Amino acid sequence: MTIGLFIPCYIYQLYPQVGQATYTLLTRLGYQVEVPEKPACCGQPMSNSGFAKLGTGCITDFAREYASFDHIVSPSGSCVLHLKESLEAQHSPLAHRVYELCEFLHDIAKVDSLPSRFPHRVGLHQSCHGLRGLGLGSPSECMVPAFSKPAHLLQMVAGLELVPLDRCDECCGFGGTFSVFESDVSVSMGRDRIHDHITHGAEFITSADMSCLMHLGGLLSREAPQVKVLHIAEILAGTAEKELAVDGNGLP
Amino acid sequence: MNHATAAHEFQRDPARAAWHDQTLWMVRTKRDRMAARVPEWEQLREAASQIKEHTLSKLADYLEQFADNAEANGIHVHWAADGDEHNRIVHSILEKRGARKLVKSKSMLTEECHLNPYLEKHGIEVIDTDLGERIVQLQKMPPSHIVMPAIHLKRAKVGEVFHEHLGTPAGLDDPQQLTEAARQHLRQHFLTADAALTGVNFAIAETGGFVVCTNEGNADMGAHLAPVHIACMGLEKIIPQQVHLGVFLRLLARSATGQPSTVFSSHFIKPRPGQEMHIVIVDTGRSRQLARPDYRKSLACIRCAACFNTCPVYRRSGGYSYSYFIAGPIGSILAPNVDKAAHSSMPFASTLCGSCTAVCPVKIDIHTQLLKWRQDITGSGYTPWWKKAAMQVTAFIVSCPPLFRLGGWLMRKTTPLLNLLRLDPWTKHRDLTTPPKQTFRQWHNKQSNKIKTAP
Ligand code: SF4
Repeated sequence: MTIGLFIPCYIYQLYPQVGQATYTLLTRLGYQVEVPEKPACCGQPMSNSGFAKLGTGCITDFAREYASFDHIVSPSGSCVLHLKESLEAQHSPLAHRVYELCEFLHDIAKVDSLPSRFPHRVGLHQSCHGLRGLGLGSPSECMVPAFSKPAHLLQMVAGLELVPLDRCDECCGFGGTFSVFESDVSVSMGRDRIHDHITHGAEFITSADMSCLMHLGGLLSREAPQVKVLHIAEILAGTAEKELAVDGNGLP
Repeated sequence: MNHATAAHEFQRDPARAAWHDQTLWMVRTKRDRMAARVPEWEQLREAASQIKEHTLSKLADYLEQFADNAEANGIHVHWAADGDEHNRIVHSILEKRGARKLVKSKSMLTEECHLNPYLEKHGIEVIDTDLGERIVQLQKMPPSHIVMPAIHLKRAKVGEVFHEHLGTPAGLDDPQQLTEAARQHLRQHFLTADAALTGVNFAIAETGGFVVCTNEGNADMGAHLAPVHIACMGLEKIIPQQVHLGVFLRLLARSATGQPSTVFSSHFIKPRPGQEMHIVIVDTGRSRQLARPDYRKSLACIRCAACFNTCPVYRRSGGYSYSYFIAGPIGSILAPNVDKAAHSSMPFASTLCGSCTAVCPVKIDIHTQLLKWRQDITGSGYTPWWKKAAMQVTAFIVSCPPLFRLGGWLMRKTTPLLNLLRLDPWTKHRDLTTPPKQTFRQWHNKQSNKIKTAP
């Protein structure tokens, strides 16, 4: 089966390792992976800022370039949610073929074991759009049986220990352009998140959404550089361990 | 003042901001514990949501049914198109009876209508009798939260206010003694009031009766002692039948404060002998909201404030950072209906995390409506030009691959400098990530070449 991989703009430019890990993970599972060049962005930054009209081009490009794929995967819950909602609004059948990476691994590929190892204490940041928007897990507000697709996948990684948190799914405060236009509240929220993880002994914070980690990582780099952020794909693919060894970033 | 600026002020005292966050988070966790004990919680929410949807779809009919039944029970029913008319109606009722003092139990609607200043201007003394509301009234401030009006004040501050206005000893911060002082103070007013005004939590079409929920019993004290009882309600407070009440009463207190029930759920059906009872039904933009398919569900709100308590932005910016008298997520979708220009920053005071929607006992799609209001507000031109320009540039860059590559290159080159200067709102507090040596596309192209050239 051929998968259309969508690499969002900021991952393309700033976090290629996340795209690489996703690509590696999917090819290793036996899928053919293709990455159309357009569009670069899902259009969410424009939409969340109140300019959804400016983002419609992104959706049109996406619908055209990805039309031939049965499954489209992206390592970003937030972008996937935006794509799904926009495509749904246009009654595009593509809406039901777009998956966030964990969602795909859990629901479609039905992965039940992974060959990766990551012997560290890891805090899982449940990104809101993945959690409440895509239903990757049960939000703490809802009185339903608890589950988490990302946590389920992480538990397959040898040696990995998930740390508990005081507030298991509070927003990190990124919120797209909110992080800039409302930077005081955004930073305060982010600080509270990293301290929750640090207090519980996390060495790494991971998430299915790199945008939250861009914000949390930016704060960590100033306030607690010993703690690092890693996208969940890097841990699941086992590429994190190698990268850290190369960079010599605090590994034993 | 826009929300971001006000929030900046609030955050200038990080210790107090953290205290505010934790205090409200505690209420949220109490709500979680209480909700978890009701096995059918999610079914209750669904039922409440459907009852409200149904009611909104036949609102005019139910309102008429309610008014007819209330009148048959001997209650005078008044209709007010807006706040001014509401105030005039209340004043005329009081004037006819020569009332000089009105005791009020918490009614956010009268805040919305600015009733207090109106009556005071006409020489009528208004006493808010809900403890939290009385505290902020003494301070000449509005409530910062719709259920806990003085939640932003620490006990010591309350002690200061009471010292100044009620003559309690300076430095008093024992909750027992403070409450006792308030009790004695309010008792005097209850006994000497000429009329009582209450809000309405639920008005039942089938019976013409209404229900007021309080924890302090102040609505009852006021209404049972005074010769005149005026109940004011927005026209969305209707529920069709008495049996529906159970669904809402089970949800309301649990969602609001994590109590199984409010201490008092008082049912009013008709005036007692010799008493005069009035109901004022207010529109003020509600029928306009009802006609907007995108936003009509906001009228299902039962004002539990669970969305406030769960909102990470509200908790860290406080009620006064919002330009409307109802703060928080629900306020942010109600306010633009009233005045889009004046409240244009409110729908942006959210990360769209969706916690409000998930917690709401009547399942209002709050965060979706926030996003819709954002489009509406920018569409009406209430956005700074530079924000619009920034978004246009972004949209153009991402639509054109060569520009996108160039833009990315520029960004990666300038990152170290930006991190060093720390001048923009991002790098002031956060580092930009160390730029990678290659982009994803560059890596991917190499990868494809490897595959192509492989023997
Ligand atoms: S919107 Fe929902 S959660 Fe918020 S106050 Fe209204 S009923 Fe409560």
